[in-house]
Amino acid sequence: MLLLAGTALAIVLLRDLFAVVMLSAIFSLLSASLFVLLDAVDVAFTEAAVGAGISTVLMLGALALTSTREKASRNFQLVPFLVVLLTGGVLVYATLDMPRFGDPQAPIHQHVAPRYLNASMREVGVENVVSAVLASYRGYDTYGETMVIFTAAVSVLLLLGGGRKRSRTELEPPEEAP
Amino acid sequence: MKEPLRQHLILRMVSKFLIPYILLFALYVQFHGDYGPGGGFQAGVIFAAGIVLYALIFSLHRARRAFPDRAVELFISLGVLIYGGTGILCLLRGGRFLDYSVLSTHDPIHGQHLGILLVELGVGITVTAAMVAIFFAFADRGRA
Repeated sequence: MLLLAGTALAIVLLRDLFAVVMLSAIFSLLSASLFVLLDAVDVAFTEAAVGAGISTVLMLGALALTSTREKASRNFQLVPFLVVLLTGGVLVYATLDMPRFGDPQAPIHQHVAPRYLNASMREVGVENVVSAVLASYRGYDTYGETMVIFTAAVSVLLLLGGGRKRSRTELEPPEEAP
Repeated sequence: MKEPLRQHLILRMVSKFLIPYILLFALYVQFHGDYGPGGGFQAGVIFAAGIVLYALIFSLHRARRAFPDRAVELFISLGVLIYGGTGILCLLRGGRFLDYSVLSTHDPIHGQHLGILLVELGVGITVTAAMVAIFFAFADRGRA
């Protein structure tokens, strides 16, 4: 946690964007290890692959197109500083009301989680409960996430791929969920 | 993007050795997601990482020859279509959208397994193609 906070501070303070990209990869890797400690291996896997892997490469690709130095801002901006301070303060205040970590009486462990854990083997028959929830119980959400990736790719192609000569300009509209 | 790193012998040899295993590991993550951590998203990203490594070491041109733009664009929508098609198939077989239990005639559990496999495959294909397309778009712009 201290390492995470330190990396985040360094990201904010550094002006060299190349170092910032590398530090954000390290930040992702540290969060991935944190998720492993919390026994959330699937999330850790995603964080390590996406955060530390592919997004770093894409950031470096973007960096190659622009400058690697952050523009220094001269004046201290009071209003944004106050907004950030207030939002952070409210968030910290909200965590005070949260149930203790790992508390079995916490609302998140009371709602649908027990049903998934107890019934998924009988209803879905997949050993990895995360996969069962992701692909079966929450199939709609995962479909939505896939659509987000699809939309992102189409947008980038439309925005950045325009300089290239291409035979067809419009992509067919995505299939709608009924 | 930058100059291809082809002149670096060690990088070239190591990545030549590693890339097949990265792709193989992606397939393992894809199809073993039912039993261990992993699934379509992670597998797609790992597969795309293998392709990106290839493009970085052996020049963008060769990567684009192996994965032509038209194919990548096709695969972006193919994955979504597989996912949506699975849902429609469930509807046609008399169930609800993305209710895989009706996919198998004898055992709902088998239907669930089949549905999850198809859906994860769709996610994997879309994620791979999307990441590769985004990387190609960025790298191509840098060269121009």
